[in-house]
Amino acid sequence: MQFGLSESQEILKDSARKFFAGECPISEVRRLMETETAYDPDLWWKLAEQGYTGIIFPEEYGGVGLGKVELILMLEEAGRALLPGPLFSTVALAGAVLDAVGTAEQKRKYLTPICRGEARSTLAMLEAAASWDPKDAQIEVLNGKLTGEKLFVPDALVADAIVVVARNGVFVADAKDSGIKTAAMPAMDLTRKLYSVRFDSVPAEKLGNADGLAKGLDVATAALVGEMVGGMQRTLDTTVEYAKTRKQFGKPIGAFQAVQHQCADMYLETESSRSAVYYAAWALQENAPDAAVAVSIAKMYASDACRTVGNRGIQIHGGMGFTWENDLHLYYRRAKASETALGDATFHRERIARLVIDAGAAAAQGA
Amino acid sequence: MDLNLTAEELRFRDELRAWLEANVPEDWEQVREEALQDRFAFLRSWQRKLYDAGWAGVSWPKEYGGRGASPMQQVIFWQEMARAAAPPMANALGLGLIGPTIIAFGTEAQKMRYLPKILSAEEIWCQGFSEPNAGSDLASLQAEARLDADHYIVNGQKVWTSYGWVADWCELVVRTDPNMPKHKGLTVLLVDMKTPGVVIRPLRQMTGEAEFNEVFFRDVRVPVENVVGKVNQGWDVAIGTLMHERGTFGAGLQILYKRNMDRLIELSRGIQRNARPASQDPIARQRLAQCYAEIEIMRLNQMRAFSRLSATGVPGPEGSIQKIFWSELNQRFQQVAQELLGPYGQLVGRDGHAIDKGVWSYGYLRARGNTIEAGTSEIQRNIIGHFVLGLPRSY
Repeated sequence: MQFGLSESQEILKDSARKFFAGECPISEVRRLMETETAYDPDLWWKLAEQGYTGIIFPEEYGGVGLGKVELILMLEEAGRALLPGPLFSTVALAGAVLDAVGTAEQKRKYLTPICRGEARSTLAMLEAAASWDPKDAQIEVLNGKLTGEKLFVPDALVADAIVVVARNGVFVADAKDSGIKTAAMPAMDLTRKLYSVRFDSVPAEKLGNADGLAKGLDVATAALVGEMVGGMQRTLDTTVEYAKTRKQFGKPIGAFQAVQHQCADMYLETESSRSAVYYAAWALQENAPDAAVAVSIAKMYASDACRTVGNRGIQIHGGMGFTWENDLHLYYRRAKASETALGDATFHRERIARLVIDAGAAAAQGA
Repeated sequence: MDLNLTAEELRFRDELRAWLEANVPEDWEQVREEALQDRFAFLRSWQRKLYDAGWAGVSWPKEYGGRGASPMQQVIFWQEMARAAAPPMANALGLGLIGPTIIAFGTEAQKMRYLPKILSAEEIWCQGFSEPNAGSDLASLQAEARLDADHYIVNGQKVWTSYGWVADWCELVVRTDPNMPKHKGLTVLLVDMKTPGVVIRPLRQMTGEAEFNEVFFRDVRVPVENVVGKVNQGWDVAIGTLMHERGTFGAGLQILYKRNMDRLIELSRGIQRNARPASQDPIARQRLAQCYAEIEIMRLNQMRAFSRLSATGVPGPEGSIQKIFWSELNQRFQQVAQELLGPYGQLVGRDGHAIDKGVWSYGYLRARGNTIEAGTSEIQRNIIGHFVLGLPRSY
């Protein structure tokens, strides 16, 4: 038993950090966020070359075949760099669901081009009611045709295939179909664009077994928390650096306990989120019985933590922290989007209650 | 990262699990509500039973009565204790803080002399660190030891000494050279609490109990061979002890937290809120789930810390987050318990109306001390700020 990273995991994380720092520095993030899609084809090819677009997918589909822990480590570094564009949507959202739900043939068809860097994908889940419970999906596929509207679909404009959670199963549609109308939903996070997607009699292929959806969404959720941890770490590092150099009353502001203690709390919240998500990733990889609870614990804790870490970071930066020029607000915006995405803390606390309190009651009655 | 057990760890776990199933005392639930002294006697004999079966000091060297296993097996030990709802061990400070300090800094003779009796609970230990004028600023302590041939003569006062009332031995920090800067000139002594001149007074705390004490030393003679580490370099030894207190001591607490959590969930099924069981009330569910999650994260943080420990051998300053986490979590948890139990939460003692014979009112009051004992939350945040994050010293 070892709850530390293995040597190969350390190497993967380290090389991801260097890759993102080199290929997507914050100046590039700022350039991309001003574009319509925040997507850059050259950067995408490089991500594919690194094996990141196929990191968790089986080798038979052209993937690298690594585990969920490795996925989280790679995305932690992507989150630290605030990587814009559809890597998360393609690999961790649509990809993880395809991997969990699709038949072997469907995986070959949809995952292989993703692994090769030839295609991007996304997941359309929410509708007007904005519920993260897949059972609340109203949209239906009738006679192989999908009609209705999905909202808050990330990176839909650059996706080639859209995985759709419907009332009667999980489907996939060709994003370039003429029956699809996509419109931007401008939102806080400038690096991950959201869209409304209207389907009008769009041919939709049913994916193998919708029972796998919960597992696929759990992988996506853990992956998102991995990204959030990277963002928190970057906010912490930037803030500590600022507290060491910014002087008031003749000394670095980090020498004042009112500032220092906030940095300590940022550290505690970042590390605790990291412990929770590393464990969740491992539990998913091993199909541990508590994997679903572990994912909700991680998302619950990190959803609150990424907000408070951002608040403290900006507060310590003072007026500078409130400027457009300072990078912290870009992380703060992403943190808010991630807090909500795939269920906020309140959503996951209720899920924990269902999995722990209600399951315990059922067990007690059965005994 | 691999949380699967190795073949050896699996053997260890299965053997321990079987032993615990056969040996965890059944009357522990009743004893929990007994007076402090009776509770302690019970836990002492429980520790003796663990020791006799070879389960005390899992990661301590074999030659001193331990099992010689890895730190990760120590983690497995705590997890199995929690799973079996086993009582904690009596000699908490000896096992958690002083034993590891003697292992790290003690002489061979000291290890042979003291360690086995810590494990068997034959000798109970306390920690003589804080003084009336040296709390968070521990290095300003004034208790002094003067060399007189082959003895030190100790004079001074210690305070907040947990287990002082039952301790046989004390890890005592004293000033041996008043002319050196405050962090220098300190020395750690192992003091027999039965030595003439040691006077122990109970210190009644807000729970009404006297868990800890004031200890006075008047011309107490301590043999020079009882120095741990080097003379005038006692700060390093004391910090070693404190690193354990912050970093690894909480592992045993997780047992109690998990039990309390399970019990509160059970109680919530029988408490009415808005015309339904509290376990079905959306707000109560939110509160319970938050506590459940935090108790699990406490466990995961500790497992990560133990993994680092098995790589480095000593707990580092990052252990301060464990201390902050367990102390602040327990206060939040006890508050949630109070909210759920409503007016019943305040009842004490054996009144027929009290839930669980008043353990919840006790738990609430006792938790108030958590963020003060073992280094205040403020000091822990200073440590993280300076020693982990590299910010300038604030004091």
